[in-house]
Amino acid sequence: MSKYYLNYLDELESEAIFILREVWAQFQNPVILFSGGKDSILVTHLAKKAFYPAKIPFPLMHVDTGHNFPETIQFRDDIIKEFGVELIVGSVQEAIDDGRVAEEKGKSATRNALQITTLLDAIETNKVDCAIGGGRRDEEKARAKERFFSHRDDFGQWDPKNQRPELWNIFNGKHFQGEHFRAFPISNWTEMDVWNYIKRENIAIPSLYYAHEREVVWRQDSWIPNSEFLVLEDHEEIVTKKIRFRTLGDITITGGIESDADTLAKIAEEVSGMRQTERGNRTDDKRSESAMEDRKRQGYF
Amino acid sequence: MLDNNQLLRFTTAGSVDDGKSTLIGRLLYDSKSIFEDQLEAITNTSKKKGHDGVDLALFTDGLRDEREQGITIDVAYRYFTTPKRKFIIADTPGHIQYTRNMVTGASTANAAIILVDARHGVIEQTKRHSFIASLLQIPHVIVCVNKMDLVDYSEEAYNKVINQFEEFSSKMLVKDVRFIPISALNGDNVVNRSTKMDWYQGAPLLHTLETIHISSDINKIDARFPVQTVLRPQSENHRDYRGYAGRVASGILRVGDDITVMPSGFTSKIKSINLFDKELEEAYAPMSVSITLEDDIDISRGDMIVRTNNKPEAVQDIEVMLCWLNNKSANPRTKYTIKHTSNEQKAIIKEIVYKFNINTLERITTDLEINMNDISKVKIRTTKPLMIDSYRENRATGSIILVDDATNETVAAGMIV
Repeated sequence: MSKYYLNYLDELESEAIFILREVWAQFQNPVILFSGGKDSILVTHLAKKAFYPAKIPFPLMHVDTGHNFPETIQFRDDIIKEFGVELIVGSVQEAIDDGRVAEEKGKSATRNALQITTLLDAIETNKVDCAIGGGRRDEEKARAKERFFSHRDDFGQWDPKNQRPELWNIFNGKHFQGEHFRAFPISNWTEMDVWNYIKRENIAIPSLYYAHEREVVWRQDSWIPNSEFLVLEDHEEIVTKKIRFRTLGDITITGGIESDADTLAKIAEEVSGMRQTERGNRTDDKRSESAMEDRKRQGYF
Repeated sequence: MLDNNQLLRFTTAGSVDDGKSTLIGRLLYDSKSIFEDQLEAITNTSKKKGHDGVDLALFTDGLRDEREQGITIDVAYRYFTTPKRKFIIADTPGHIQYTRNMVTGASTANAAIILVDARHGVIEQTKRHSFIASLLQIPHVIVCVNKMDLVDYSEEAYNKVINQFEEFSSKMLVKDVRFIPISALNGDNVVNRSTKMDWYQGAPLLHTLETIHISSDINKIDARFPVQTVLRPQSENHRDYRGYAGRVASGILRVGDDITVMPSGFTSKIKSINLFDKELEEAYAPMSVSITLEDDIDISRGDMIVRTNNKPEAVQDIEVMLCWLNNKSANPRTKYTIKHTSNEQKAIIKEIVYKFNINTLERITTDLEINMNDISKVKIRTTKPLMIDSYRENRATGSIILVDDATNETVAAGMIV
């Protein structure tokens, strides 16, 4: 007799496909928030599976801080071409030039928080009623409270204490004009699940995730890549190391780890032995205990 | 590698006093699911608060308000993996005013952990949690008799709790109840077997969670396929493709099966079942697939494909055990939106049959106003038929939610009787 149960990766896949189809059925104008990181790549891959043989019915929306890894942008453009989907870009640089946001000052300045304005602007101008994200509940304590279908008021804000209950597999995406939803199809995946699945499905990811030689500087306990945006402190020194990135964000704040993992199998093995959380190398989360919660309330990813 | 390993979802209801947070912290810590930076963060916080050693309960801290008040407000989800299974914990608050969150966490759970303080035995909160577990038909209940260290690891104290529990739970519909004596604080019988309770022959908690048989938790008899959306690629290679996308809610569907589309009643045969570019011979719950039929019939979202020889009821009058989730009370004159699988109709609450006092589990037939956290039996009338099974037989096709059109909020969750 054959077995009639799914292994955990198949069950997670099935759940994510269900959510993506539910988004398509319940919203008029959904988009996938695409950063070029592994989680948004995974969501895009799952969307392809969910609607095959039809094309992915969502445009990809990229909030471009201007502080990118060139590899990420190349990867984004390749995926657009391969999947035949539309790309919407919201530019933080434009928001700065228009004077709608001001660049942070100081040595640990980032454009991380500035993305909120650009994201909400792009959602509004493109009349997006659901933005699908690659957020996972295991990433961070504020994200552990997220719903699959997460309501945002007409200012784009999240009210974590007043969320809609979500029961069984019944999702309520009803909303008023001007409000929108965020949908998180891979809520229940952990970092390890993501890597195991990418390995199993042999999904293409940016070269930055694989071990490679790079010019870096040691800052806040990780290797920050050299780039045109890097301002060197007196005591700091640029060195060349074999590193890889565990998460991808802005080039200015994403720290790499020393690694020899240059295949998906080696990466999955390395991640399974990791003793630090993946966001541990993100200086944006180190600012305070509720840094993520505060940004999310305002409309962050 | 975790190749054929299953996913087990369990819920823990309780308050800080029961040691719930400590238990979850202990499970994560002893199964090595906690990262160094997380450990460092809570070690610092423990020191700041002046605790001796590391307070494991801090792992489950969530939002700022929860940290400040030392309580759980909302459901938080946590994850850990062992070589045998992947686990999702729905960590829910235990106080009566959070009944709605407990119900939410329980709705998708395979198992419920109910914590009882060995010193106090079964209390009202225990009864309430057990009642919710039985109402939501959680297939497996594990009663952890906690704080055994405070009763000198006494077998007598443990047996007393078991007797108390069995006495009141005899009326409830829980199929599988197990008891484990533990000390979450010291780690006895959580991940590792206790050396202080030789009289206990059973398995520790983690081993129990790893080995509970969950393959039969989903109904594999009644084939139900609610259609989510229709796939029509209209591309060169797939010009005539018309696939019905959905997730098998229960049962098994095979290529060649005689099917009926409800509510229209049209019949056909399954021509193909696809998952992405793979052709499958059969699909079973909870697989997401797309199905094509031999005949070209009109099917849209909200319809249900079922086997012709095993159909659900199509009805407009349903009896439901309703849990009210919203601070705006139920209004008998309001038309609510009812959501059932992918189907959506309008509905009114026609009659409130009775309400539970969820502390004493007595039925109340006098004061029948439905307020937040109330659980009541009601009669609902819908504008068009729903294709239903009873919740006891089928969680997926026996559950509904009500949405208030004035606020768009989900105001109630119901289990069809």
